[in-house]
Amino acid sequence: MTFNRRAFIGTSAALAATLAAPMVRGQGKPRVVVIGGGAGGATAARYIAKDSKGAIDVTLIEPTRRYYTCFFSNLYLGGFKQMEDLGHSYGGLAAGGVNVVHDWAVGVDRAAKSVSLAGGGSVPYDKLILSPGIDFVEGAVEGWDLSAQNAMPHAYKAGSQTELLKAQLMAMPEGGTFAMVAPPNPYRCPPGPYERVSMVAHFLKANNPTAKIIVADPKPKFSKMGLFQEGWADHYEGMVDWIGEDFGGGNVSVDPGAMTVTIDGEVTKVDVANVIPAMKAGRIAELAGVTDGNWAPVNAADMSTKADADVYVLGDASSQGDMPKSGFSANSQAKVCANAVRGALTGSKIFPAKFSNTCWSLIATNDGVKVGATYEATPEKIAKVDGFISQTGESADLRKATYEESEGWYSGITSDMLG
Amino acid sequence: MRLILQRMLAVVGLIVATASTADEFGDPKAGKKVYRKCSGCHQVGEGARHRVGPHLNGIFGRKAASHEGFKYSKAMVRAGDNGLEWHADTLDSFVENPRALTSGTRMSFPGLRKQKDRLDLIAYLRQFSDDPANIPEADPTASPVDHDLDPAILALEGDPEYGEYLSSECKTCHQSSGGDDGIPSIILWPEEDFVIAMHAYKNKKRPHPVMQMMAGRLNEEEIAALAAYFATLDNE
Repeated sequence: MTFNRRAFIGTSAALAATLAAPMVRGQGKPRVVVIGGGAGGATAARYIAKDSKGAIDVTLIEPTRRYYTCFFSNLYLGGFKQMEDLGHSYGGLAAGGVNVVHDWAVGVDRAAKSVSLAGGGSVPYDKLILSPGIDFVEGAVEGWDLSAQNAMPHAYKAGSQTELLKAQLMAMPEGGTFAMVAPPNPYRCPPGPYERVSMVAHFLKANNPTAKIIVADPKPKFSKMGLFQEGWADHYEGMVDWIGEDFGGGNVSVDPGAMTVTIDGEVTKVDVANVIPAMKAGRIAELAGVTDGNWAPVNAADMSTKADADVYVLGDASSQGDMPKSGFSANSQAKVCANAVRGALTGSKIFPAKFSNTCWSLIATNDGVKVGATYEATPEKIAKVDGFISQTGESADLRKATYEESEGWYSGITSDMLG
Repeated sequence: MRLILQRMLAVVGLIVATASTADEFGDPKAGKKVYRKCSGCHQVGEGARHRVGPHLNGIFGRKAASHEGFKYSKAMVRAGDNGLEWHADTLDSFVENPRALTSGTRMSFPGLRKQKDRLDLIAYLRQFSDDPANIPEADPTASPVDHDLDPAILALEGDPEYGEYLSSECKTCHQSSGGDDGIPSIILWPEEDFVIAMHAYKNKKRPHPVMQMMAGRLNEEEIAALAAYFATLDNE
């Protein structure tokens, strides 16, 4: 991460703000509270603070002091990135005028308009933006619950889980078996399950070439399926056994004690099991009472929830229509939301919503592919307008350029989110 | 070769006979004079070698940035990977305003604004691209695609405030600091270059699927607004 001039000048004051406890400000400035410092929340906080030029009091509540991106975390598994490449501080946000509070938000009182914190105390808001990411649906994979996440990691929140999965991958015996239980739709992506399969295969091909990968998938097909299957055949012939819905891939149970995975009645002893259960909105959205089923329905024009016009939900946790649950999407939605929230609180001009997304995946060294689309807000949902996808059989030069582009995007989005 | 030339001449004759306007295909003799502007950096003809710029023999049908042994700008390599090939229409766009077709090219040449100069130059260069396998027959005679933007579009005055809002969509990939790794910088461009480039994506002349999609849904005012905003964006 690079620090620009203004961020550098502001750092010392900003650090003080980071450490200060949240306080109620009495000057009557409108208050925005953002919960969750990922691609949605960090972007919303930064843009509201930046564009309101101090007219809005912005507080970001995020428990971790260092943010590890889910995007590119598969590349860490493949050996293309180091964990420190994925880590970012919140110093840039603080320098940009956001009051960063490192604590857990444990409750939302929508009547009193305040958020309670695990460390005690509460933070009042005029507008509340929730960007909590995902949690897992209990009982989604028979035999697995969060207490099994060390034996069978999900690695779907980047950081220690990703490191654990990598350590298990490195410790696999020669010719061993890596199993993945893939999630049903809709799922957070990145870290995409199929890019992960590619990166695990890349690692094994170099370090443990007789090892096998089994993927049990409850879906009959998946995003970029043709591109991935072409890539697996080209680079990792015979290594990946993808078992889709048609072959019983959805009929799965696991035994973390015995390290077995049972697919459609067939028990397999495995060396590593990466279990990615069905997902739902991060818990604070449910506690705030803005979810319906697993996700929080929102209005496409401004990302406000159907349940409460003063509570917004961004990114993975929202149910918005056609956009995938990617960091790029969350970043895009955050900008629409920031513009609308600022307009509502200060009377600044509200421009019409525009959304876009592009997802890059790495299949092997310099073999990058991408899929993307643009979207608009309709009364019903965020609706896809136009899209594109990489083609099978593309030249090696184009695939390399696509990978390099994804690295450029990584620099772009992280500085756009965090300053 | 002779046969092909004869066929091409026949095509030329046919078009000239039916077209009421003046010669659209350029005059290689006049083009030789125009080429003097290029010759400081580029060689063409027998024994031509790379100098400051690559030699220009056989350029028609060639993928951009594809000479082994010449060090191109990253931007030109990217353009080639994205599918830019040199034909009459792409050469015309490039020579008119190099930076508008390929931002970040090292070719520091302001461009030939007069269409006749460009046509003449291209007709001249065409003489050194005589490999029939590489040249679709239409190539030397294809008239340039109309990339000349309506002056009314270029004259549009953009609203920088609107541009700032729209720019948030660009900044997911293009860094506002002007950083350039894998994705080019778009800050501090002359507004006209920016507008021409965006319309080239919008009209699918520049080859890049993401940019074609993003530009495709921006209208003229929105492109002008973005140009106005990015033209003045000092590293924030």
